[in-house]
Amino acid sequence: MWNYERRLEYPVNITTPNAKLAQAIISQYGGPDGEMGASMRYLSQRYACPYREVAAVLTDIGTEELAHLEMVATIVHQLTKNLSMEEIEESGFANYYVDHTIGIWPQAAGGVPFNACEFQSKGDIITDLCEDMAADGAILQKQQKI
Amino acid sequence: MNMHFANEQEKLLHDIGVMDFVAIEMSLYLDTHPTDRNAMEYFNHYNRMTNQAKKEYSEKFGPLTIALADTSNCSDWTWATLPMPWEGGCA
Repeated sequence: MWNYERRLEYPVNITTPNAKLAQAIISQYGGPDGEMGASMRYLSQRYACPYREVAAVLTDIGTEELAHLEMVATIVHQLTKNLSMEEIEESGFANYYVDHTIGIWPQAAGGVPFNACEFQSKGDIITDLCEDMAADGAILQKQQKI
Repeated sequence: MNMHFANEQEKLLHDIGVMDFVAIEMSLYLDTHPTDRNAMEYFNHYNRMTNQAKKEYSEKFGPLTIALADTSNCSDWTWATLPMPWEGGCA
């Protein structure tokens, strides 16, 4: 089971909205290398893990990814707050806005919805570990780019 | 680093963030090094400070968790009425 702690892992205080930036950041929420995939990857893989210590790591990092997921959602939320209709149209945010307005919805930067196919849970520790390292490498590369 | 805080609440929340981060990272290390006594002592030190700070914060500014919610001294269920973390500022 889980308990909620009513604070962000790291504070987010954005005062200037930027819908264009929000459209890039949303990929870190529900994109192919996003936090939703990361948390579901680790939390799903742990059940078939034959080593208790590794199952503990998967549980704890899967939980920490949920805290990251909340920070990313907060960034997108604050970047899209109080936008004018002109800003929504000019920034290219209109396509997202028509379906979700300012709601947070898991999608990639290109609009592709989150899908469980972004990760694998194979029930084989070597396969799952390779998947985890590839995912971590992809996230590192993306964070350096944006 | 010279940090400036608007009030005591903001400072305490920042301190909790720092101490809890150390405790979390140490717990991840300990998952794969469960017999490292030095690491356990380091973890215990930060974990105790974090728990104490969370208790103090919850008593002064509203509960951080349901487990730390104590309604005996307030009229409302502040878990529901105080600002949510994504609202920005000191929430």
